Amino acid sequence: MYGNAYIDPNEKANAMIAGEDPIKLAEFEARIARGEKIEPKDWMPKEYRKQLIRMIEQHGHSEIIGALPEGTWITRAPGFKRKLALMAKVQDEVGHAQLLYSAAETLGKSREDMINDLITGKSKYSNVFNYPAYTWADACIIAWLIDAGAIINQVANAKGSYGPYCRALDRICTEESFHLKYGHDNVVTLATGTPTQRKMVQEALTRWWPPIMHFFGPSDKISSHTEILMRWKVKMASNDDMRQQFLNMYVPKIWDLGLELPDANLKKVEDTNSKLGVKWEYTEPDWDEFKRVINGGGPCNAERLAVRRMAEEKGRWVRAALLRKDEKYVTPLA
Amino acid sequence: MINSLDPRIAREKINEDNNIAPLTEMDQFETYEVFHQKKRGDQHVHAGIVHAPNAEMALLFAKEQYGRRGLSVNIWVVKTNNVFASDYDDADIFETVPEKQYREAGGYKVMDKINKYKKENKV
Ligand SMILES: [Fe+2]
Ligand SMILES: [Fe+2]
Repeated sequence: MYGNAYIDPNEKANAMIAGEDPIKLAEFEARIARGEKIEPKDWMPKEYRKQLIRMIEQHGHSEIIGALPEGTWITRAPGFKRKLALMAKVQDEVGHAQLLYSAAETLGKSREDMINDLITGKSKYSNVFNYPAYTWADACIIAWLIDAGAIINQVANAKGSYGPYCRALDRICTEESFHLKYGHDNVVTLATGTPTQRKMVQEALTRWWPPIMHFFGPSDKISSHTEILMRWKVKMASNDDMRQQFLNMYVPKIWDLGLELPDANLKKVEDTNSKLGVKWEYTEPDWDEFKRVINGGGPCNAERLAVRRMAEEKGRWVRAALLRKDEKYVTPLA
Repeated sequence: MINSLDPRIAREKINEDNNIAPLTEMDQFETYEVFHQKKRGDQHVHAGIVHAPNAEMALLFAKEQYGRRGLSVNIWVVKTNNVFASDYDDADIFETVPEKQYREAGGYKVMDKINKYKKENKV
C-alpha cells in the first residue's frame, strides 16, 4: 500500500512534511485541490497548523495594536460625526481581533497563550503600527491606505483553505469597506481643503509611504517552503503581487488628488507577463529599517506593548471576579 | 516613562518595563457558540464563538461581534461544552447510495409508465 510514498525527512524540500503519513497527506492535499475547506477537527500536517496559527494570531494582534494609533485621535477628531465614525472603526478593528483569535484558537492555541505571546513581544504584529499618528492627517492616511493594504491581503486570504479563517475574513471584509470609504473621504476633505490642510495631508502621506511600501513584506524567497504554503492555500498571493495590486489601485487615486509620493522612480510600465498587464517600478524600500523596526527598534514598539500590558493588568481583577469555579475550557468547534 | 502623543496614555505615566504576570488558564473564560437569525423566518445559523464568563455576557458579546450593523434579529448562545458534534471522519454516514433512490423524489418516474401505457393502448 505504501509503495514509494515514503517521505524522506533528510530531503531538504521535505522538511515541512517530514514524519507525516503520506496517505493522509495525499487526501488532505486532494481536498484542498478540489477547493474544499479544511475544518478544525480534520487531520492536517503539523506545519499547516503551525503556519496558520502564526499567521492568524499575528493578524489578530495587528487588529488590536492597530486600534492604538487610530484611537489616539478619537477625542480630537474634527467634528462630532468624525469622532463617532472613528470610534466605530476602532471598535470594528478590536472586533476583528476577537474573530481572528477565535479562528486561531480552533487550531489548538489558547487565547491566553496568544495574548501572553503578544505582550512579551514573542509574537509579531503588522509593522506599520510601530509608527505614530502625529497628526489628524496621519490617522486619515492610515484609515485609507493601511486599510486598503489590509483589504488586499484579507480578500486574498479569504479564499484560503482553512474554514474558520475564511469565515472570519468574509465578515471582516464587509466592515473594511466602510473603513476604506471613511478614510478616503477624510483624505479627500483635507486634499481639497485649505493650503494648510493640503500641506498637512501631504506631509502625512510622505511620512507613511515607507511603512506602506513595507506593508506586504519583502519579496518572497522562491523556496519549496513557499511553494508548499501556496499549494496548501495558506499563502494566497506573493508579497510582490499584493504590493503591485495595491500600487495599481491606489497610486492613480493619490496622484488624482495632486498629492506627491516620495519616490521619483515610481512609474507604471507595460508588462504582458503579469496578471495586471502592467508593472509598477519603484525604489526598493529600506528593508534594513523594516527589520530594525520589527525587532523592536521602531518609534512606538515599546509604547504599544506597554499599553497592552497595562490594559491586561487593569482588567484582570474584573475577569477574576467573574470567573466561576465550574467553568471548563474546551476548544471551540468552528 | 512613556512619553506618548496620545494624551490618554501620557496621563497614565506607564513604564516601558511594566512586566506583568502571564495570563493564566481560564483568564479569558470558556467559549459559547453563537447562532444568529438574520431576519424573522430564517433559521438561526452558527456565526462563531465568544469568550464569556456567563450566558448573559455571552449574549452581550455576541451582539457586539456578530450582530453589528443590523445583521441579526435574534441570537442564541450555547456553551461549546454542551454541543455534541459528529466527526468529520465519519462523513460517510451522510452518503446516499443508489439503492436509496426510493427516498428521493427523482426515484419515482411516473411519466415513463404513463407514456408506455399511452403508447401501448393508443390513448
Ligand atoms: Fe480590521
Ligand atoms: Fe479596518
